[in-house]
Amino acid sequence: MDFDLIARSLPQLLSGAGLTLQLVGLSLVIGLALALLVALGRLSTLKPVAALTGAYVFLFRSTPLLVQIFLIYYGLGQFAAVRESFLWPLLREPYWCAVIALALNTAAYTGEIIRGGIRSVPFGQVEAARALGMGGALLYRRIILPQAFRQALPAYGNEVIQMVQATSLASTITLMELTGVARAIASRTFQPVEVFVIAGAIYLALNFVVTQAVRLGERRLGREAAR
Amino acid sequence: MKTVFAAALALAATLALSACGKDEGKQANQPTAPAADNGVPNPLRVATEGAYPPYNMLDSGGNLVGFEVDMMKEVCRRIQVECRITAQAWDGMIPALQAGRFDAIVAGMSITEERKQAVSFTQGYASTPAYLVSAKSNPLQAEQYGLEKVNLDEVDATEQAAIDKVRAQLKGKTVGVQTATIHANFADKYLADVVDLRRYDTQENLVLDLQTGRVEVGLADAVAWEPFLDRPEGQQYGFFGPGFDGGLFGAGMGVAIAKGQDKLLDALNGAIASMKQDGTLKTMAEQWFGFDTSLK
Repeated sequence: MDFDLIARSLPQLLSGAGLTLQLVGLSLVIGLALALLVALGRLSTLKPVAALTGAYVFLFRSTPLLVQIFLIYYGLGQFAAVRESFLWPLLREPYWCAVIALALNTAAYTGEIIRGGIRSVPFGQVEAARALGMGGALLYRRIILPQAFRQALPAYGNEVIQMVQATSLASTITLMELTGVARAIASRTFQPVEVFVIAGAIYLALNFVVTQAVRLGERRLGREAAR
Repeated sequence: MKTVFAAALALAATLALSACGKDEGKQANQPTAPAADNGVPNPLRVATEGAYPPYNMLDSGGNLVGFEVDMMKEVCRRIQVECRITAQAWDGMIPALQAGRFDAIVAGMSITEERKQAVSFTQGYASTPAYLVSAKSNPLQAEQYGLEKVNLDEVDATEQAAIDKVRAQLKGKTVGVQTATIHANFADKYLADVVDLRRYDTQENLVLDLQTGRVEVGLADAVAWEPFLDRPEGQQYGFFGPGFDGGLFGAGMGVAIAKGQDKLLDALNGAIASMKQDGTLKTMAEQWFGFDTSLK
């Protein structure tokens, strides 16, 4: 092990980890908002809405994220119509293409997680709430969603961990996040072992925090439920 | 694992015997296999990239073709081993060579001091300068840079002026290079502080983004640009500024092998030298590049 190399490359790797965190954070926030719409769409009694969101979920869960990133970044840019549209200032930046791809991808998975959570709420409770005159948004806010989220949290924690790892694919579209930085250093020094061991350790640390946060969330939600 | 090794030995021995047979028993009393005989592994496992035309690329049938593929087949023929050329990702090649995954890299790899720390190189077999490319409509194209070519071995005043001019012109622009190349090293050293540098995993992806306008300028080997500039969609793009060679661009391209393989190095050097001498290399270069790229 070349400890000197490790010391020299650590600041660069940490700045790459900063970009990794940004990508994870932004895409999770956007993805979660989309996922809620996807879950409600999938459960909608309106056939076209259910079919459309179903197709979206099928599309994004059945193709590799790498292909999605590649198509959004290199694929869309091939069309002159896209390059002349108002979206181009966004789509020309690798940063936003990565966020869009990651958000769309996680929204498909998270949407299914939330849908499962919603479906797990016993129908008796919904009936009881309706009998009390509760309906629509209030029913969702008070009865269904709190239980759905609690049910979905462990699976969602899994998804967050996978997202931290998935950001490494952003290095394929020139983004210098953790993996991108590690690859660049490794190719300059020809010492991939040291560099990737450190990069791996940083991913491990990030995901340790995620795991602990999810566990904490589970415990707190569990206490509330027990009350 | 042991049985595999034993099988490989048996296979090598069989091959050795059959090879001896052809020589009408001249070496029949020589007990060693050819692998130990001349120190050259047989088959010789060669890594290339398959995405760096016309040096190495995949044809429409998925076969590896190109100047280096032809060259390496001829080299193997001359040192009498079987060549197994496979395509590998560019930026993991040197570590994979060091780990013994294959015996040689022939992938448009320039001989540089940095790489020599990690691997051994044969003599150079080709050398072409690096060039900047942009859209022809770009004002960069109309500028005067004062020089046709800058040799970075010893930079004199006019050459420095040309470098400074390039730096001034590129200030604030996005410039694309292929990651882990000498062009990336050049950009790191001479341009990184004034431009927004993007690193692409392949030259092809750099070309794609040059066309979408995400990068305004690309830097790569002159020959690596040719296939794109020759295509219809490449007609609106062209070279500008001086060509760069020498210095950190190294002493041309060589075959890289793991350190300490002196016999393999001698054999490869011998074959390349003989191909230079009898004009084979020149003919191949003219066929693939349209001009003679071989180092004298």
